Amino acid sequence: MTSNDDGAILAASGIHKRFDALVVLDGVDFAMRADEAIGVVGPNGAGKTTFLSVLVGAHQPSSGRVRFRGDDVTRLPAAERCRLGLARTHQVPRAFGGMTVFENIFVAAANGGGFSRGEAYDRCIDAISLCSMMSVANRRAETLGLLDRKRLELARALATNPVVLLLDEIGGGLSDGEAGELVETIGELRRRRIAIVWIEHIVHILLQVAERLICMDAGKVIADGSPTAVMSDRAVIDAYFGEGAA
Amino acid sequence: MSGPAATEAAPAVERWTPLSRISVVAAVAIIAALAFGPLVLNPDWVDKLTTLFIYVILAVMWNALAGYGGLVSIGQPAFFGLGAYAAVRLADAGVNVYLSLVAAALLVGLAARPISAFMLRLKAGEFAIGMWVVAELAHLLVNLDGLVQGETGTSLIAMTAYGAESRRAAVYWLALAAMAVLVGVVFVLLRSRTGAAIQAIRDDEDAAAAVGVRVLATKRLIFILAAAGTAMAGALWLATAISFQPKTYFGVQWTAYMIFMVLVGGLGTFEGPLLGAVIFFTIEAWFGGSGVWYLVGLGATALLFSLFLPRGIWGAVESRFPLRLLPVGYRLRGAPKSL
Repeated sequence: MTSNDDGAILAASGIHKRFDALVVLDGVDFAMRADEAIGVVGPNGAGKTTFLSVLVGAHQPSSGRVRFRGDDVTRLPAAERCRLGLARTHQVPRAFGGMTVFENIFVAAANGGGFSRGEAYDRCIDAISLCSMMSVANRRAETLGLLDRKRLELARALATNPVVLLLDEIGGGLSDGEAGELVETIGELRRRRIAIVWIEHIVHILLQVAERLICMDAGKVIADGSPTAVMSDRAVIDAYFGEGAA
Repeated sequence: MSGPAATEAAPAVERWTPLSRISVVAAVAIIAALAFGPLVLNPDWVDKLTTLFIYVILAVMWNALAGYGGLVSIGQPAFFGLGAYAAVRLADAGVNVYLSLVAAALLVGLAARPISAFMLRLKAGEFAIGMWVVAELAHLLVNLDGLVQGETGTSLIAMTAYGAESRRAAVYWLALAAMAVLVGVVFVLLRSRTGAAIQAIRDDEDAAAAVGVRVLATKRLIFILAAAGTAMAGALWLATAISFQPKTYFGVQWTAYMIFMVLVGGLGTFEGPLLGAVIFFTIEAWFGGSGVWYLVGLGATALLFSLFLPRGIWGAVESRFPLRLLPVGYRLRGAPKSL
């Protein structure tokens, strides 16, 4: 539908997603450049996570198209999109519980990253140090606490060698110190030229990274632009504080 | 000073340890020694060890499927029975009887491909029960074969062309070779990149897909391998028993044996099922004649293990001691040791 996604690394047009009678995404258009870091905000139930799942192929849209690196990937399975360089983290961490932290990350490097064994080892060690997981590298993932599970989500996504990384509330439940560390890590990813889409409720963390902000509400994008413009947008303020909240 | 130094040192990935190298050499030596069995042991023990080798194959295959692949099947007797049946059919068609045992396993592996297309759509409990239906269906279809004549059954007549002595030794060697090859294949597979992907699928299929694992193709591989291996065990059982009565081969008691060996030995550990097979073999030698109560005892023991020692004897040993004899995993050296 939209034609302004030429040159976009990742784009979606006219995305609708229904679960039976429930309309979760109601015509979402989106496009990002390879050098962008985009924050996604919006009240609970706005459809942010569902939209992310449609982008990576975990959900099929009811209608609409997804393009990645110039190709239509709407019908491409999640594993193949990951191999092309599209990685995500899960809001509720989904570690491979019976495997060690290192093995979790190795699966990602060897499959999504497509690395040979030796390269995969180097990638894993890099991701482990970047996410401060060296001290738990040989622990079974089912024994990890929440913070380490969140770190593991990031390390695993990173090991797939992503071009675009989609983060789903990776900062939720972190202390200020831990959040600061996370912002630093994501800053490093930006220096490595990885494009970022980050869904987050904790806006002050998000604003340290995002150059552009998108606000969703009721399955639609209601604002898209510079963080200051979006945060002072009337529709955004209504979505959070007004319109039926009282 | 060792703490920080350990994290500063360039970490390296460790897959073999001195102990595990010794273990592999020991395993090869044990198999080589066993190869002399028929020359030095009395016939009774040759038969018993042949049975043990078949149990090891069954346990290792069920563990590969359920313990590593997360595909808990109670219908593996489908492949055990089809392996025996295919061997009967091939031998009846004039194929050399020993060759037909191996060819039967490969044929069942081929047949598992279309079966997987249906079964791997099912999840968890649906898959488990669905496989039981496959076993019942295979049983009924085999009964329709005029050669089998329903439950009357038939036998591997071609086998009787060989003398009892030479037959006993040949089946023993074939079982030993099949066990060595199949355990070796599972070991190499689990140590490969595919092995890590198999375990990731077991733990979370969608998350595995999200990091680039081709879920269906990987599950199919382990499903077909387990089918072919279980069929080999069925064909070998036929070679020792000669007679083929469908309900003896397609019966759910085989599922009970596989689950017992794997749960007691250690679900999802490589060494566990080997231990479980030896334990089962020993228990059967003592209590096998006690009829129904023997089966009740097996079931109760497996149940207690799944409740109180879910990773079996070997899992419990592994979590207390850094004892990795045949490691399929990865350790990061230079990272602090932890369990």
